[in-house]
Amino acid sequence: MHQLWTTFQASWEVLLEKTQEHIYLSLVSVVLACLIAIPLGIYLSTHRRLANSVITTVSVIQTIPSLALFGFMIPLLGIGPKPAIFALTLYALMPILQNTYVGINGVNPALIEAGKGLGMTRWQLLWIVQLPIARVVIMAGVRLVAVQTISMATIATYIAAGGLGDIITNGMSMMDTPTILLGAIPVSLLVILINILLLQLNRWLTPKGLSDEKTSGQH
Amino acid sequence: MSQAAVEFQQVTKNYGSGNVLENFNLVIPKEKIVTIIGPSGCGKTTLLKMINRLIEPEAGSVLLGQQDIGELNPVELRRSIGYVIQQIGLFPHMTVEQNISIVPRLKGEKKEHLVARTAELLQLIGLEPEQYRGRYPHELSGGQQQRIGVARALAANPSIILMDEPFSALDPISRVQLQKELIKLNEQVRKTIVFVTHDIDEALKIADIVVLLKGGQVIQQGSPKELLERPAHEFVREFLGQERFQLAYSI
Ligand SMILES: Nc1ncnc2c1ncn2[C@@H]1O[C@H](COP(=O)(O)OP(=O)(O)OP(=O)(O)O)[C@@H](O)[C@H]1O
Ligand SMILES: [Mg+2]
Repeated sequence: MHQLWTTFQASWEVLLEKTQEHIYLSLVSVVLACLIAIPLGIYLSTHRRLANSVITTVSVIQTIPSLALFGFMIPLLGIGPKPAIFALTLYALMPILQNTYVGINGVNPALIEAGKGLGMTRWQLLWIVQLPIARVVIMAGVRLVAVQTISMATIATYIAAGGLGDIITNGMSMMDTPTILLGAIPVSLLVILINILLLQLNRWLTPKGLSDEKTSGQH
Repeated sequence: MSQAAVEFQQVTKNYGSGNVLENFNLVIPKEKIVTIIGPSGCGKTTLLKMINRLIEPEAGSVLLGQQDIGELNPVELRRSIGYVIQQIGLFPHMTVEQNISIVPRLKGEKKEHLVARTAELLQLIGLEPEQYRGRYPHELSGGQQQRIGVARALAANPSIILMDEPFSALDPISRVQLQKELIKLNEQVRKTIVFVTHDIDEALKIADIVVLLKGGQVIQQGSPKELLERPAHEFVREFLGQERFQLAYSI
């Protein structure tokens, strides 16, 4: 414990910098994945035949071991933050895509019928009915992905993308436990923090009528 | 002689396995409660949904007043017609007020106007506005939910309201109460109500006009009294049930 404290005092500036890099890698990847997977999920919810093949294809990415995926990036995109973000984004696509698709398709068909019959355009149906009701499910996917991406960003160090993984591998090469911990603890803290933040955000965004489990519009 | 609110002219509908409706003709008079009855699968829902273009016919035309609805914008058309479904379909994430005012809001009406309109409609369906406007659908009973469904259909002041088995999922007490309220309501606001039902008692009780369908054809159209006193076909007698005829004679 004492050792950890001295290591922290000696290298807190590096720690701060690496934490910033780590947050940057994770945040950009998750945001990119959302920007791709949510609209794609919405699109696929109205093209069910295409949906099957796209979702299967995207889920194949999930089966590639993460270390190998980062390795594949080197011949394609070289090293540094860019290929790392690319790999992290690829990994993040599936849960968001799947949850968006399932969330939107899970909306009670009676609500779609009512919305259409009352004169909503397709667009209005999406914004007024489908997305607000599916949001809880979509957000669950985003939360999962945020957690997964923060832990996985640790591996980005192997392709020289920075982040807290740098400190951990440094500690490993020196066989210095305090240094390893100095890198690992912030990763865990980040995961816990983002989880609480997103849960809170979700609670805050969820309209009162949907906060009850049984009324999520999915019968 | 009252004018037609809706008119089916030579309408044919085919889902791919034979015609559900074939050269179908029907005149629905203005400002009446018209109930559509007939065996399951005879085309009642199909007929109803053709009026707001949720279903498009293969041939023929449906007229609204003098207008062929095929020439109207379907979204605009639907906003001008009330629609109530069996599953109620209130939006669970919206309050009663937001649910009721959805069509006026889609049409871009002003906020101030909507608050007053919601209160007026809640009064009309017998729910205290201050008590209910802020509630969510899951905080209401089934009967109250469907009352809100009816209020939602009335909100933009349509002249026609389509109802597909609106009360059939409710308990018998709420059902009878809502039937009474619908009759009373229509005395106050005078709409053309096209009402599909499985419940023959309900159909005869609330109707000004009953339309009996079978296999995509109108077997008989007339007041409940006419159907009972002068059944046009043995099927009318069969479908309405013998005991009702005895009852009619004894009156
Ligand atoms: N989307 C569809 N695709 C194929 N066939 C359909 C479709 N909708 C209805 N049908 C068929 O058309 C016929 C009429 O259906 P419709 O729903 O209008 O009947 P209905 O009189 O409302 O029946 P019910 O009393 O059971 O509600 C039925 O034979 C039904 O199987
Ligand atoms: Mg039906």
